[in-house]
Amino acid sequence: MRLNYPHNVKIILVPCTGKVDVIHMLTAIQKGADGVYCVGCLEGTCHYNAGNLRCRERVNHVRSLLQEVGLEPDRVRMYNLSSGEGPTFAAYATEMTEHIQKLGPNPLKKKSVAK
Amino acid sequence: MIVAKRKPFDEIMQLIKGYKKVLVVGCGTCVAVCLAGGEKEVAVLTTELDMGRKLVNNPVQLGSITLERQCDREYLAQLDGMVKDYDALISMACGVGIQFLAERFPDTPVFPAVDTTGLAVNQDVGWYEERCRSCGRCVLGLTGGICPVTMCAKGLYNGPCGGTNKGSCEINADQPCAWFNIYERLKAQGRLDCILEVQPPQEWKDTTPRTLVQPGYTKPEKAKV
Repeated sequence: MRLNYPHNVKIILVPCTGKVDVIHMLTAIQKGADGVYCVGCLEGTCHYNAGNLRCRERVNHVRSLLQEVGLEPDRVRMYNLSSGEGPTFAAYATEMTEHIQKLGPNPLKKKSVAK
Repeated sequence: MIVAKRKPFDEIMQLIKGYKKVLVVGCGTCVAVCLAGGEKEVAVLTTELDMGRKLVNNPVQLGSITLERQCDREYLAQLDGMVKDYDALISMACGVGIQFLAERFPDTPVFPAVDTTGLAVNQDVGWYEERCRSCGRCVLGLTGGICPVTMCAKGLYNGPCGGTNKGSCEINADQPCAWFNIYERLKAQGRLDCILEVQPPQEWKDTTPRTLVQPGYTKPEKAKV
């Protein structure tokens, strides 16, 4: 199965989405990423029981932090699929890219650092 | 353990509005365990402040450090050479740590980033329930190990009040009546006589800042003559 998905998606592998922490997503946005999304297993099928549910909680927390800071919360999202769903993975990558393109670039990219 | 809650971001932003170089100081003891002011929370707050200030075109130079404890001079000493490089400090320690930090660096403004909420037990990861108000006169030996000062909405030493309602408190049906629980536990232990004696009211002396020197730790050589 040779599937295409947008080339601007950079994949970071983790053993389980339960490993993804708030600071990982927040730092990505701070450093200029236009969006971050976590793709976990389907809810109810986590090999570690609740890793993907923990991740969803953290994604929601990061969204509220972005809202507080003054950025669009929807730059961070959570998706779920099973490991056999390659086409869904590619579809989510396309959906997220189109969504982020609508939001425009991360406004932090243009801002200078303190002197 | 002392439990605290992170202050709302807007409030912290407002506190440090006029400062350009800010050091965020975490505490690695109680507030780290209750996930409010340890190394991880310092990193999140620093990142948030960096982004928030850039977005309002008022960038800030941020530093961060997490001390083992902010309520101990030996750990605060680590900051002695650093503080001069900053206009203000943000402390993520409990109220005790914040004050001790401010006391050590009286020329630098110190701002709190957490609200200290009390002494609590850990029910689950991130879930804390208050159990002690450090009133200074523990009656747990008489009340079956249930604190009437903390768990009773009125903090009654002699209860229950007329608001007890089939095990619930009148303030909220989900709030158990502490005195109902005390009665049930003592009854099961056959110790109901413990609560027959009327307890005197709280000492006023315990409502002012207290100092405690543990037995065996007094320093006779420093005693005032």
